[in-house]
Amino acid sequence: MFKMTPNILKNFITEKATRLYPYEVKEPYDINRGELVNEIEKCNFCGICAAKCPSQCITVNKKTATWECALFVCVYCGVCVETCPQKCLHQKQTYRKPVREKEIIFMQGEVKAKDTPDGSESS
Amino acid sequence: MKRTIIPFGPQHPVLPEPIHLTLTVEDEIITEAVPALGFVHRGLEQLADLRDFRQMVQVVERVCGICSMMHAMCYAQGIEGLMEVEVPPRAKYLRVIWSELHRMHSHLLWLGLFADSFGFESLFMQFWRIREKILNIQEATTGNRIIVSVNVIGGVRKDLSPDQIRWMLSELIEVEQMIMNLGPTLFDDYTVKKRTVDKGILSGEKAMELGTAGPTLRGSGVSQDMRTLGYAALNELDFTPVTEKNGDCWSRCKVRFLETLQSIDLVRQAIARIPNGEINTKVKGRPDGEIIARVEQPRGEVFYYIKANGKKNLDRLRIRTPTFANIPALLTMLPGMWLSDVPVVVLSIDPCISCTER
Repeated sequence: MFKMTPNILKNFITEKATRLYPYEVKEPYDINRGELVNEIEKCNFCGICAAKCPSQCITVNKKTATWECALFVCVYCGVCVETCPQKCLHQKQTYRKPVREKEIIFMQGEVKAKDTPDGSESS
Repeated sequence: MKRTIIPFGPQHPVLPEPIHLTLTVEDEIITEAVPALGFVHRGLEQLADLRDFRQMVQVVERVCGICSMMHAMCYAQGIEGLMEVEVPPRAKYLRVIWSELHRMHSHLLWLGLFADSFGFESLFMQFWRIREKILNIQEATTGNRIIVSVNVIGGVRKDLSPDQIRWMLSELIEVEQMIMNLGPTLFDDYTVKKRTVDKGILSGEKAMELGTAGPTLRGSGVSQDMRTLGYAALNELDFTPVTEKNGDCWSRCKVRFLETLQSIDLVRQAIARIPNGEINTKVKGRPDGEIIARVEQPRGEVFYYIKANGKKNLDRLRIRTPTFANIPALLTMLPGMWLSDVPVVVLSIDPCISCTER
């Protein structure tokens, strides 16, 4: 009849399982796949991220040097980050804050001439 | 006695996902149950026409949140079979580790929901508290809590460091102890027994006849587990499927409880035997031909049929999930039950409707 009682008594002396979010925020782990960031100055607009993305949230235009990401279509799988040849895509450890309206990240890069060296860090 | 029709679901406090049952009741006793599905159909199979076969790994993960790892693993194994790719041994072991963690968190989630279905809310919270530890392990090792997204065609994307393995083992000792502490409450408590023993009985023969899968089948005494096929690295690990004889809600609950402990053991075995080396192989070319792949999910056997034609998009992808196989069994369990027992019996098959409707 009182099988649960030892557990209940133990709960009085063990630490809390919940936290008062948003006042207490959990420390993120190093490999968390959070917010997607593009270092636009490193990007060469090759479009591999857009081609590999399973949710097709990324649009790249090489001619106009633009990079767009529909944040509310992105599934944060990290495929684009792994396949980026320039290593300019990163994922932060933290997630984006809630917003009222759906946002699209629009980034304008520098339109480069064909022979401009871009200092790529190929792996 | 006058017959009354009572709708159960799709929105019901006990149901985490929408399924509708039209219950015919005579004097509070169920005489007939007719299901209606289709509330969360998303057409994910059709996406195989639009996404290439590599992108589909991330798509099939989203068939079901709770067992995303198994869906991706099953699909990847199917494509690897078609393309005759040999997965590195370390990747096979890592797949076993993450899939067993998934089984644990799914069973702990279910044990909590099951306790909630008969009104034992504090037990529900205790189980979910343990589940949080498993989710932390998944988050720390893969980067996400539930949709771990570790599978790719040819292996896995993430590796485990020795530090992570040590931490995981110490957490699992704690998890095991916490689960064991709740065992007496679940199996010896008078109230729990009153609500679960001899409710929704399904005999072994009837379960086989209806094509039941997973813990619902094993709760009726039939030892059938797709893990015995030895996919990934499971052929190198020792385990026997957990079975219970009675075929009632209590038996199904016990099977899941013991499977949680068995999964901890399997993770430990996998960690003890994990070899060093590569975690994925480069896969070139496109799949051609047709294949079936089977994996044991927390709810039972998931079945993938893949037909490819040498192009980047698949010809056909068909997914048969365990809940779909268990719904006929549910409909035979319900007649003769009290209306008040319907939530307990419905939850005893661990319905995952998003899986079923894809």
